[in-house]
Amino acid sequence: MSEQISHHIPDALIAAYAAGSLSKAYSLVVATHVSMCDTCRATLLAHEAAGGAVLDSFAEEPLSGSLRAKVMDRLDDPIEVETVENTRDGIYPGPLAAALRAKKPKWKKLGGGVSQCIIDMDREGSARLLHIPAGKPVPEHSHGGLELTLVLQGGFSDETGHFDIGDVEVADGELEHIPTADPGEDCICLAATDAPLRFSGLVPRILQPFFAI
Amino acid sequence: MATSDGPNGKAQPFSEQTLWMLAIRDRRDKSAFGKLFDHFAPRLKGFVIRSGAPAGQAEDIVQDVMMSVWRKAHMFDPERAQVSSWIYQIARNRQIDILRKEGRPMPEALKAEENDTEPDAGQVLALEQETDVLREALNRLNPDQREMIEKAYLGELSHSDIADATGLPLGTIKSRIRLGLDRLRHELKDLR
Repeated sequence: MSEQISHHIPDALIAAYAAGSLSKAYSLVVATHVSMCDTCRATLLAHEAAGGAVLDSFAEEPLSGSLRAKVMDRLDDPIEVETVENTRDGIYPGPLAAALRAKKPKWKKLGGGVSQCIIDMDREGSARLLHIPAGKPVPEHSHGGLELTLVLQGGFSDETGHFDIGDVEVADGELEHIPTADPGEDCICLAATDAPLRFSGLVPRILQPFFAI
Repeated sequence: MATSDGPNGKAQPFSEQTLWMLAIRDRRDKSAFGKLFDHFAPRLKGFVIRSGAPAGQAEDIVQDVMMSVWRKAHMFDPERAQVSSWIYQIARNRQIDILRKEGRPMPEALKAEENDTEPDAGQVLALEQETDVLREALNRLNPDQREMIEKAYLGELSHSDIADATGLPLGTIKSRIRLGLDRLRHELKDLR
């Protein structure tokens, strides 16, 4: 576990993840970051403890007479072992490896040497991998909603600071930023939004429909 | 029975819930499971009905959750999660499965060391105490605050609404859990 993680997931997002009210794209970032960060894992477990306290003090609802016997009767049923593959694959922590379904990502060029691989897209938002060559910038962009960017390899800097492996940048709709990959190693990030990205440069904007971003 | 020295030097046993769950995990104890069922199933039913499950489906969900508790008992670790938080997490997963037709992404499981089944009593007791503090804090809230907290943990609030809604004192329990994680990492390192 990296000890150097200094940019974490905001508490409210972890609480929403614990409660199951977070979109799939954001949930993927939270689950991936928690796999890398014990500070946020402790926060998640603390929120689950709070959820547990709520459950434990919930008003009891009478059960129908047969339910207990039904469950007790099933205890000797053979247990089918669920094999949910959730282990790290290279730079991809378990939940991300599971989302990639143990395949290598299929990269599509975005221009400027930057590539992306869309992992998930639905009406609630999208999650994608971004590959930025060492020392190169991502086209300037802003976004309607909240954008979470988690570093998996290398690192990047923008107007707000520097981000290393395991760090998460939380950018709201206001921020127009130019993340630039650190020199030395290509940067790979997991990015999630709840709205389509908008690039500010003319050409990327024209190309957006083709890239489905 | 697992015990630890309390502040006045008297041996303090774990809570009933923890002892039931350890008996289920380590000995597949059905009577302990029966007791756990009697405590949690009626609360779970109230909980899943409040989170929007149709009354006809609620008992099916309760049944699924309690069966998962039985089947996944080997993953229960009282050093990091109390029984109630563990069951809460299983219940939320089950309801998300039903609601979204697919599971939510889950963090990598922590690989607990297999040759250490005896939990660190001090850690377990401290976590139990912190959970009691949390429960008391919850019970002291006024009805409006309590309603907001329930909504948050039932998954009825968006993350932007949660920001103003929580306000339970989670700092101490967070540090306590963190200590348990550090200890586990340390042991895993030594095993390598």
